[in-house]
Amino acid sequence: MSAMTDPPKPAFRLSQLIYDTRYRSITIQVVALALIGWGIWWLVTNTIGNLAELGKDFDFGFLGQSAGYDINQMLIPYDNQDTHGRAALVGIANTLLVAVMGCITALVIGVLAGVARLSKNWVVNKLMAVYVEGFRNIPLLLWILLIHAVVSEALPQPNAFRGADPSASMLLGDSVALTGRGFYFPRIGFTNSLSGAEAVAPREGYTAVASGGLDWLVILGVLAVSLVGIKLIRNRASRIQESSGVRPTTWYTQLGLLIIPTGIVLTVLGATIVTPYLKGFNFTEGMFLRSALVSLWVALSLYTGAFIAETVRAGILSVSKGQAEAAAALGMQPGRTMSLVILPQAMRVIIPPLISQFLNLTKNSSLALAVGYMDVRATLGGITIAQTGRELEGMLLLGAFYLTLSLVISTAMNIYNNSTKLMER
Amino acid sequence: MNKTVFLGALTVAGLVAASASAATLDDVKERGTLNCGVVTGLAGFGAPDANGVWTGFDVAMCRAVAAAVLGDKDAVEFVPTTGQTRFTALASGEIDLLARNTTWTFSRDTDLKFDFIGVNYYDGQGFLIPKELGVASAKDLDGATVCIQTGTTTELNLADFFRINNISYEPVPIETNAEGQQQYLAGACDVYTTDASGLAATRATFEAPGDHVLLPEIISKEPLGPLVRHGDSEWADIARWTLNALISAEELGVSSSNVAELSAAPTDNPEVNRLLGTEGELGAMIGLDAGWAVAAISAGGNYGEIFEKNIGENTPIGLARGLNAQWTDGGLLYSPPFR
Repeated sequence: MSAMTDPPKPAFRLSQLIYDTRYRSITIQVVALALIGWGIWWLVTNTIGNLAELGKDFDFGFLGQSAGYDINQMLIPYDNQDTHGRAALVGIANTLLVAVMGCITALVIGVLAGVARLSKNWVVNKLMAVYVEGFRNIPLLLWILLIHAVVSEALPQPNAFRGADPSASMLLGDSVALTGRGFYFPRIGFTNSLSGAEAVAPREGYTAVASGGLDWLVILGVLAVSLVGIKLIRNRASRIQESSGVRPTTWYTQLGLLIIPTGIVLTVLGATIVTPYLKGFNFTEGMFLRSALVSLWVALSLYTGAFIAETVRAGILSVSKGQAEAAAALGMQPGRTMSLVILPQAMRVIIPPLISQFLNLTKNSSLALAVGYMDVRATLGGITIAQTGRELEGMLLLGAFYLTLSLVISTAMNIYNNSTKLMER
Repeated sequence: MNKTVFLGALTVAGLVAASASAATLDDVKERGTLNCGVVTGLAGFGAPDANGVWTGFDVAMCRAVAAAVLGDKDAVEFVPTTGQTRFTALASGEIDLLARNTTWTFSRDTDLKFDFIGVNYYDGQGFLIPKELGVASAKDLDGATVCIQTGTTTELNLADFFRINNISYEPVPIETNAEGQQQYLAGACDVYTTDASGLAATRATFEAPGDHVLLPEIISKEPLGPLVRHGDSEWADIARWTLNALISAEELGVSSSNVAELSAAPTDNPEVNRLLGTEGELGAMIGLDAGWAVAAISAGGNYGEIFEKNIGENTPIGLARGLNAQWTDGGLLYSPPFR
């Protein structure tokens, strides 16, 4: 009775790899890893094999060759004799421009629409529902094409502004021209430019002006210093208020600090407003917003704004009703309740999905070619590939660019998210 | 289950990848159809008609090759390609032959690893502009907005032309001819530029063709020709000699109406006999039937017939033979002898 024998130790059997839960998970992982490894190996060897068969090598040297094509919207200097690499950079700048513009407007539209959709006003509520459902449920490409068609077909072309009795005329005292090719606005030129660029008369009989980047840097610098000064004045006012209970009146010093230094710099630089006018085939001078950029920007903003509106609505609904009631009990106005009580708490629900909406917008901007906007997909991923035949290299670079950009955006948003989330122990 | 599907997909992908690397002629014969890359739609050169049947000058080249190889001019799968997608489609094996007014250039022939099999249309780049703008010369186009198909040689020529003449322009990039036509007619650009033949074909489809003029400048040489992948010389030979057969047929007076009669029995002209397979072994030399050229010529006629039917002076396109006449008529068409 007391002589207990050990149970016989079962020998390891191969079937245990499948039927024994102790080993099964390892088996599955090993098999999955092997399959993935084999898949990658197959893709790589297949690519190498096919490239070798076509007699093509893998070489990024094309980035240093002369591009030979022109790009209409250049944020950095570019000439058709510059390299494919520089053309790609011009495209990247254009992508970043439309992505940043789109993210800002999409956020504004989304927050407004999200709040308005919760409105008790029936008309506002339903209007926003129509907007959100309409934009969310129709493919983005269709919106881009539709808006582009409306802009380029409905607005008059520069030719219509010509002649003794033109069929179209400029707006706001002949300073703004809305054409099917884009919108022309007045710009600021400097008669005493610091940049050293040659001053050119915008048209005959006018004072010569230059539009220097250095001038703008100086102006922005002065403006920034003014803003810091205003902040200091406010801090001082708060300190006085805390100690004496009376806040000194500072609005006129603040206003003066904002306007006077910048005004002096603008006067010294000889800033003048340059209005666009018709010359040759197109309007010239002034600021030009291409219709391709406008339609892409508007479409991306409205489309992503619809998604953000839903995110914002969900965020607001996630804040318990008691919060709003407590604020009301303290006598807060509904507007202040929303901005001071509800939205700050809703932010931690809103921001994580907002990151992916910003990423979506950035990646969706690659539909730009549909309306002839020269983003990086159109330059590096389109023309450069077609002219050099480097499909694989171009696509890899393009993928790497979008990956990097997305990671940068999500890192920045995550930092912001960490700074706004509730501090818990 | 999912894994099975995945493995199955991998296997299929592997088989497809493997077959793309075999000899093109065997692939085409096995498949029973020729995959031919064409334009997305350019009247006269390649566009589906009212019944959805592809017709046109470049399309006829596809049909001639299909007839020579498979004996059936309808055994063609047409793959519409844009200026940007055409080379990738050919390099990847999606199409066997690209007959899409593509300019023969050094880098395309060498660096891009293609083989141009000849020239089927000698062209040059021109400018189309509304008459009301009153422009008489391309050199007056300073500051103009120009619609241009991206990924083409015309895009590069345009940049060169404006650079040489020290004038500026604003490019409006477009992808297809249809898009260019729409943008041009909407006034989004002042000028539309592409090969002069393409401009004539596009203008022919306008409601009021007379309101638009082609500027006198032809700013480039655009020898347009069909092309195949580099490295399969047998397939390149077949395509090259099919084109030469169509050109020689016109020179020798063989047309779609008399080809059946001429090929029934040997004639007095030995070259006609060799071409039509009633004498010699030319077909066997390129791995085809003796009647390959007869089939190619029967498909759409000889070069001259194809030209007249699709883009000639009696069509809305209204192009003159010009450089594209036989060498005997002062043109540049010159086929090596069939011997």
